[in-house]
Amino acid sequence: MQEQELTKPEETLFDAEEMVLNMGPQHPSTHGVLRVILKLDGETVIGLDCDIGFLHRGVEKIGEHDTYAMITPYWDRLDYVAAVSNDLCYVEGVEKLLQVEVPKRAEYLRVILTELQRIASHLLWLGTHAMDIGAVTVLLYCFREREEILKIFEDFIGARLTAHAFRIGGLWWDAYPEFEKRVRDFLKILPKRIDEYETLLNANRIWLQRTVGIGILSAEDAINMSLTGPPLRGSGVKYDVRKAQPYSAYSDFQFEIPVGENGDTYDRYLVRMEEMKQSAVIIEQALDGLPEGPVMAKVPKIIKPPVGDVYHSIEAPKGELGVYMVSDGTGKPYRMRIRPPSYINLQSLKRMAVGHLVADVVALIGTLDIVLGEVDR
Amino acid sequence: MQALLTTILFVAPDWVVSLTRERRPNAFWAEYIVWPVIQIVLVVFIVLTLVAYLTYLERKVSALIQARLGPMRVGPWGLLQPLADGIKLLIKEDIVPIKADRAVFLIAPVISVVAALVVLSVIPWGAGWATIANVNIGVLFILAVSSVGVLGLVLAGWSSNSKYSLLGALRSSAQMVSYEIGMGLSIIGALMFARTLSMSGIIDAQQTDSLWGLGYFLYQPLGVLVYLTSALGETNRAPFDLPEAESELVAGYHTEYSGFRWALFFMAEYAAMIVTAAVAVTVFFGGWYFPGLGLVKNPTLFVLVSIVIFAIKVAVLLYAYMWFRWTWPRYRYDQLMELGWKWMIPAGLANIVLTGIWYVLALPKAQGGLFGFMHEEKGRLIPTRLGMLYFIVTGIVVTIPIVWGLLATINRRSSDFNLHEQRQLQVKLRRERLEKMLQQGAGAQPAESGQ
Repeated sequence: MQEQELTKPEETLFDAEEMVLNMGPQHPSTHGVLRVILKLDGETVIGLDCDIGFLHRGVEKIGEHDTYAMITPYWDRLDYVAAVSNDLCYVEGVEKLLQVEVPKRAEYLRVILTELQRIASHLLWLGTHAMDIGAVTVLLYCFREREEILKIFEDFIGARLTAHAFRIGGLWWDAYPEFEKRVRDFLKILPKRIDEYETLLNANRIWLQRTVGIGILSAEDAINMSLTGPPLRGSGVKYDVRKAQPYSAYSDFQFEIPVGENGDTYDRYLVRMEEMKQSAVIIEQALDGLPEGPVMAKVPKIIKPPVGDVYHSIEAPKGELGVYMVSDGTGKPYRMRIRPPSYINLQSLKRMAVGHLVADVVALIGTLDIVLGEVDR
Repeated sequence: MQALLTTILFVAPDWVVSLTRERRPNAFWAEYIVWPVIQIVLVVFIVLTLVAYLTYLERKVSALIQARLGPMRVGPWGLLQPLADGIKLLIKEDIVPIKADRAVFLIAPVISVVAALVVLSVIPWGAGWATIANVNIGVLFILAVSSVGVLGLVLAGWSSNSKYSLLGALRSSAQMVSYEIGMGLSIIGALMFARTLSMSGIIDAQQTDSLWGLGYFLYQPLGVLVYLTSALGETNRAPFDLPEAESELVAGYHTEYSGFRWALFFMAEYAAMIVTAAVAVTVFFGGWYFPGLGLVKNPTLFVLVSIVIFAIKVAVLLYAYMWFRWTWPRYRYDQLMELGWKWMIPAGLANIVLTGIWYVLALPKAQGGLFGFMHEEKGRLIPTRLGMLYFIVTGIVVTIPIVWGLLATINRRSSDFNLHEQRQLQVKLRRERLEKMLQQGAGAQPAESGQ
């Protein structure tokens, strides 16, 4: 067991100052049930180990026992903060297997909902990250904005948080009449609010002292550890699945991929702030170009994809969320593997944290933006 | 107004003297026992209620900053919330950890609260008899007694028999002690003008020395900045509240305390906040005086109005404290200590030196000064109109940039000094040493538990 290895007697031979500290599963800043075992010399972290699995629910095993349509809601519960985009990954994977063409209107609506969800997820990230570092008010402000998005979701999909938005083949319902107006109203207030957060934090010397130079990851390290999402882009690697392997209707839209320079916490913060603005740009374009038409393709009642396998990934707010599905011709998948971005990003915590102080570990967990639902599945 | 002030002496009022049936020049019981007891009871009662309502105000202010409402249910506008909180804390189970050092555990919060409350006796809440004890070393007394409060902290951490409490207590106390030095140094600049340590004396001095009696903050902007920052650090308020932040590992010295003992620590912290705000108002912002107060002729009304003015000034500062807490992120512990030792203390020292230079240059020509911006009046040196302008200009335009530039230059290399790199190097060296030792010792392959 990792813990025994960390506390082996030989390790503490000379240095009586070494202390093993347990940042337990119940902790206000570990963003879920994450247990971090720290080896400290005074306040400096000299070793770190993550103990995960507290939220393991056997989703991949369930994926072998339920029919394709029944599995979709489980994907909401993976990254429960950004539920709608999780669905997109799975549903598009099945559509790839079925070789079904989703109507254009459905694709556009899917993009709008997914980008709204990205904004909501980043708002929650900003709120909790700032709160961990001490600026509690930002949490309340971010939740105020997130509330607007969740209200839009509730009226469209029926649920706020784990909204089962997408179906295999399209959407279940078309957008309600005021949907476009509500989204446009929200997009009108969003830039001002993001400016508020940036005014509060971007040039604040305390924020800069807590985030600049903390948790530097070189681009090479990031690629070697298979990081994706803002941790990768913060280190300078311009890789975004929406541009590299476009899915859904993303190839129809013009948007930028923000990239950081130094790979520290501050760069990852800037990358996510810019991503929120770019999401707003994408939503505008999608609303402007929203075509008419059906929102559901002709999909059989019982979904039996032909034998084969598929890997499909999307750019979820946390990183590259992927599904590898093997179909054996029956109504249930043979194997459904989830590529969880948070799980893979969490690897880098040790590399980033060793050498920093205990108070920085909290900031680093926040900057990776992990959700334990994804890490543990 | 001077005549009015001399009639409102610091002595007990007539009705108290008649109560003890003594005669004026020798009214021992009235002067030293009865009247102070009345004052003490009044001040303690009022301040403790104020502390309770300060928690309510904190919640309200934080709520309004955060676009929400705060306590609204208990009583109209939630005004009875502190009462509900107090009752809840009183009826909670009083837990003393089994292995804790019982006597010390019980006495630690008492020490904190007593240290915070004793200081209230020398603060000039208003003119004349509104001060309980007008000692002529008031400032020194305050700094000394509030240092005793640190003892309560350390004892609490130690006696809780929990390593996290102990670490939290050590961090808190180290931080408090460091920022106390900054507080003391920053006041000295203002004291150079006042020439007295007595709190009431400083307020009287500001009425004549400063422009319209507004206060020494005009002459000592650097002193004000250093003092306010150090006061935030001293009372463990944000952005220096790492030792008591919930998202930190070490939960702080008061983890093991429940119920009313915890409330005592809380009260001590808020009382310390009030004390530091009161000292700032006294030394820098003119105390209970406001231009126009001299129009009030009735002595009792004068004192009452002065109390109100003092309260308003302290309230503004407390609101500023809360504003800072809910706006800014918090400093990491080493950054906090760096700020205290490398920025606040040198700034305080530089402030003293520069203020001294400006003061000596402005002495009257008869006493060796160059500019002669001051003149003798009733045994004190008071700046002329031109002298006031001179002090204001040198304070804002010359002192602050000089000190800022000086400190930025001195500390420039230390922020280049990359602590992270040095620590990574330390970690690497330790691993190598350990491996070499294991190889020599066991002669077998060392087991590596991850990188």
